[in-house]
Amino acid sequence: MDELIIAGEKFSSRLIMGTGGAPSLEVLDQALVASGTELTTVAMRRLDPAARGSVLDVLRERRIKVLPNTAGCFTAGEAVLTARLAREALGTAWVKLEVINDERTLLPDPIETFDAAERLVAEGFVVLPYIGDDPALARRLEQAGCAAVMPLGAPIGSGLGIRNPHNIELIVESASVPVILDAGIGTASDAALAMELGCDAVLLATAVTRAQRPDQMASAMRLAVQAGRLARQAGRIPRRRYAEASSPMTP
Amino acid sequence: MDLIVGGGVVGLSIAWRLARAGQDVTVIDPAPASGASHAAAGMLAPVSEVAYTEEPLLRLGLAALERWPAFAAELEADSGLSVDYRAHGTLDVAFGADDLAALEELAAFMDKLGLPVERLTGRECRRLEPMLSPSVRGGVLAGGDAWVDPRRVTAALLAALETMRVPVVPRRATDLLDGAVRLADGEILTGERVVLAAGAWSGELADVPVRPVKGQIMRLRSPHPLLGRCVRGMVHGSPVYLVPRGDGEVVVGATQEELGFDTRVTAGGLYELLRDARELVPGVTELELADVVAGLRPCTPDNLPLVGEVRRGLALATGHHRGGVLLAPLTTALLQGEEPELAALCSPQRF
Repeated sequence: MDELIIAGEKFSSRLIMGTGGAPSLEVLDQALVASGTELTTVAMRRLDPAARGSVLDVLRERRIKVLPNTAGCFTAGEAVLTARLAREALGTAWVKLEVINDERTLLPDPIETFDAAERLVAEGFVVLPYIGDDPALARRLEQAGCAAVMPLGAPIGSGLGIRNPHNIELIVESASVPVILDAGIGTASDAALAMELGCDAVLLATAVTRAQRPDQMASAMRLAVQAGRLARQAGRIPRRRYAEASSPMTP
Repeated sequence: MDLIVGGGVVGLSIAWRLARAGQDVTVIDPAPASGASHAAAGMLAPVSEVAYTEEPLLRLGLAALERWPAFAAELEADSGLSVDYRAHGTLDVAFGADDLAALEELAAFMDKLGLPVERLTGRECRRLEPMLSPSVRGGVLAGGDAWVDPRRVTAALLAALETMRVPVVPRRATDLLDGAVRLADGEILTGERVVLAAGAWSGELADVPVRPVKGQIMRLRSPHPLLGRCVRGMVHGSPVYLVPRGDGEVVVGATQEELGFDTRVTAGGLYELLRDARELVPGVTELELADVVAGLRPCTPDNLPLVGEVRRGLALATGHHRGGVLLAPLTTALLQGEEPELAALCSPQRF
């Protein structure tokens, strides 16, 4: 598989994992290993970086890069503060920027997200913003200096898949930074579709951590992301209204 | 003599059972019954708390639940105090359509495991518990689940130990030696075996994979009983439970936070508990707020406890996570050599 490059850093896995929802650290560990992920996001607000035996220890043990996120923030101010705390505590300037608009849908707030992204970029952060599937906003965030854009497929934890594949394609077409499909993945075919649409990577958590067998679903996601990437690069056949015999004259 | 390090529900239960069996024991704890046991709600609910990846924990829970009636009866007889043991079941309810779908799937899993649960419609749930919100969509009744008041349990254990003249040394242990314990003031207590039952602090005293998981929990007070049984539920994806006591207390819990040894009670933690509890039982907002605490659950990587000998002179009884109260009677039995198959699940050698 060709490498994923974000802000100059190379990853051979195109599956980015989240840690929320795992019933135990052991189950999480097994799932992370099965997923083959090299980059995993953790919520800074629900974590003490200094505590022993935490999810951070699991990631360090497996040599998985930590991507702190600002989950739980409702304002740009909170998100900037959380990112600064993460940089100080974890020694990384990378941040998955997540500014939520309301508790029921957990949809991202575009205005607060943009505001926070501008400020964080100015402070030297590598910013990966979580956004709606809005091509215009994606373009504006790229222009503002974000290292990637992370449009949703559907609301966080919903497992509804990719509700607007057309918009995801539009984002992919115009982006020159990596596009990471974030949120909404329910099962393997959703992850494969994201890659077929041209996304550079997929980020998911709930679909694995709350599955009945998390490690098995993690393997499925790893394979789906690979399959989708290969299919995208192989070039799919055009869709036709009527049949075309596959074995007539030519060899 | 056995030196029990830790005077929570697990350590005190072990001391009581060993003393009852005629063994010489001493408990060491600077503040007995003040940690997770003081915070805990006391649900004995292995059936309603079953999770997909945790069948071994279910086996432990079911075996422990079976031991509770006799454990409670003997403890009440020895101490002369009530532990408020109730066995009216847990009603697990779903609030929205999404929560109901998740509960249906869990109920199918419970059926597959052969657990005795009953599916109920929203109206049937409200016939059982009229204070439930009309918007409850449906539920699952685990009729065999029970609960106790953990604060009464530890009070009864301390009273029983006092009757049996078991010493409870109110000092902090700083080092575990083989068969001996060094205290903060340098004094060394010696015995034959040390049993580490220090809950979330166990990792500070021995090389064990136990980490603290913070839980904020509140106690409300009601002049009239609000609920007849434990009610738990998912409210837009987040879990909450309400546990009624005989004296009108209603316990609402609990957050789960990975924040090391932080035990601050936060505005956000209480807000989330009350927000979700009010969705399920709107009447809770009328109740008096009696108590809020944050406790530290001792959690292991696989959520199973660590029970058994590590080497000569040192045994573990820790890592009970959310189930210390439920698992206390089983833990004492495992340490006394009963149920070897279940003991294997809790073996400290697995890490």
